[in-house]
Amino acid sequence: MALSPGRIRGPVPDGVRRARAYVAQADAGYLNDARGDASVKIVVCVKTNPDLQMVRIKNREPVLEAVPYKVGDLDKNAIEAAIQLRDAAGEGTIVALSVAEGNRKIKETLKEVLAMGADEAVVVADPALVSADPGAVALAIAKAVLQSGGCDLLLFGEGSTDNYSGQVGSRTAELLGLPQIGYARTITIGGAGVQVERGMDDVTETLEAPLPAAVTVVSEINEPRIPSLMNIMKAGKKPVTEYTLADLGLDPAAVAPQRDILSNLAEEQDRKRIMLQGKAAEQAEALANALIKEGVLER
Amino acid sequence: MADILVYSEKRDTALELTYQAKEFAGALGLGVSAVAFGPTSGEVAPELAALGADTVYVSDDPALEGLQTDVVAEALAQVAGAAKATCVLVGSTRRGKELASRLAQKLGAGCVTDVSSMAVEDGVLVAGRYAFGGNTVARENVTTAVKVFAVMPKAFEIGAPLAGAGTVVTAALTLTPSAVKVVDRRPKEGESVDLSAAARIVGMGRGFGKREDLALGEQLAAALRAEIGATKGLSDFQWVSEDRIIGLSGAKTSPELYVSVGISGQIQHTVGISSAKLIVAINKDKDAAIFQLADYGIVGDLYEVLPALIEKLKA
Repeated sequence: MALSPGRIRGPVPDGVRRARAYVAQADAGYLNDARGDASVKIVVCVKTNPDLQMVRIKNREPVLEAVPYKVGDLDKNAIEAAIQLRDAAGEGTIVALSVAEGNRKIKETLKEVLAMGADEAVVVADPALVSADPGAVALAIAKAVLQSGGCDLLLFGEGSTDNYSGQVGSRTAELLGLPQIGYARTITIGGAGVQVERGMDDVTETLEAPLPAAVTVVSEINEPRIPSLMNIMKAGKKPVTEYTLADLGLDPAAVAPQRDILSNLAEEQDRKRIMLQGKAAEQAEALANALIKEGVLER
Repeated sequence: MADILVYSEKRDTALELTYQAKEFAGALGLGVSAVAFGPTSGEVAPELAALGADTVYVSDDPALEGLQTDVVAEALAQVAGAAKATCVLVGSTRRGKELASRLAQKLGAGCVTDVSSMAVEDGVLVAGRYAFGGNTVARENVTTAVKVFAVMPKAFEIGAPLAGAGTVVTAALTLTPSAVKVVDRRPKEGESVDLSAAARIVGMGRGFGKREDLALGEQLAAALRAEIGATKGLSDFQWVSEDRIIGLSGAKTSPELYVSVGISGQIQHTVGISSAKLIVAINKDKDAAIFQLADYGIVGDLYEVLPALIEKLKA
């Protein structure tokens, strides 16, 4: 990926110069430094996924035809978190940002998050993004954030509903030179910036980062609201800005795949599938004997 | 010589990956470098060297305190440069997954996270990971010059130490402390459990009608000397703690024995148990998907089967 570095406003900390130069562009201004505005601006990245409950497996291959699309589960948690932060701040703007190969399927799903309470939507739609890797998506997001006037807080679901790769938040943070905090189960804004509580593999942490920052959320953070009919009607009137890659100064080579998918098949499970018959006591006895025979129950 | 670089903040995972990296490196004609950060790096380094790392880079730089993702990624990028790494293996813990992604972006690398299997095929590293919500396993190779893989803990076994241990060097790092500050850090409330390391697990699902009824599952677990696990559904009810969730949004387990009770077998759960050696399913619905995955199945009411089974196991 070859991108020419551009001018950057504001002080650039050591260690992030190169990454930021990667996405910085002439006249874009840098995130919230350039906004000069007291209210909070939150960009929430949302992904449109196939509804996995509707995916069938045929000859070990997933069948995606006629499968409806929906907003990522954790992305809705991120939208809900943004709404609560905006309400707590009293004023602010929530921008839902989505990246896809076309705008048809994301229009409907963006309408859903606008109905929930996002104020506007930004779409990066380009056929070159058809098999976009997380790196390409992050690049499009980073560019779109800069192009649309920056933000104070960049929110993501911890992972997408379909692939759960969990890369886009981190990669975008790197591209924009932002501090990042993952796996938030509470978020508050105030004082020194953003405060997050999160559960890691073995500890619970409370972390703090100055704004602008990138935060990813887990499902425990909240229960996403279901939009009212009134808000669904209003959602169609909210502003949607569309960019192509060219609008963002990216050429298709910049979003070229970084991986090959060699195969994507349902797993074959080689299990015994022995059903133990009889009444509860007989089944229990048969199972205890089977466990002894299998050597998992020493007796 | 170009190297495979290995890092995990979890000691066991770092050891597993280092041992496995030695095998991959042999097949690919590469060397192995491992990294240990923080105050315990001096203790872990000789173990990494003994398990196959030709060079172990250690650092206790104060900027690494708290292991913030941005700083650890920068540190690893600097070590990757020194080691001329063409492939980086990171443990796919919560921290590791985040780290791998940020590091990959720094290195202009493609990245695969949550890798559950990995092998050298025709001279190329191929990673397997669950896709489509666990419905499928995608086999992927990374096509960029530098490749980053976040590999799940326990994907590989730790082997015996090798003769001719590698050397330990202090990494020359230039780091700036993270803007992210730790306000508070405390052990998880309640007992915390690492199901990915459990040898036996009793998994409980929505077949349990009331929270109090989970006591039956707990008694079964006690009789089997097993850990308790659960589906995401039970955790959403807050009947069990988050670290007991098994599946796509929780632990990926590989126990000797998994006993599923009152679990229908949705793929979002079963991806977390497919590596179990032996699976037992108890469910009242004979058509439940879980039976397709079971070695031994019991169609029955858990409120009858469990007391009978507990009695049998205690006898």
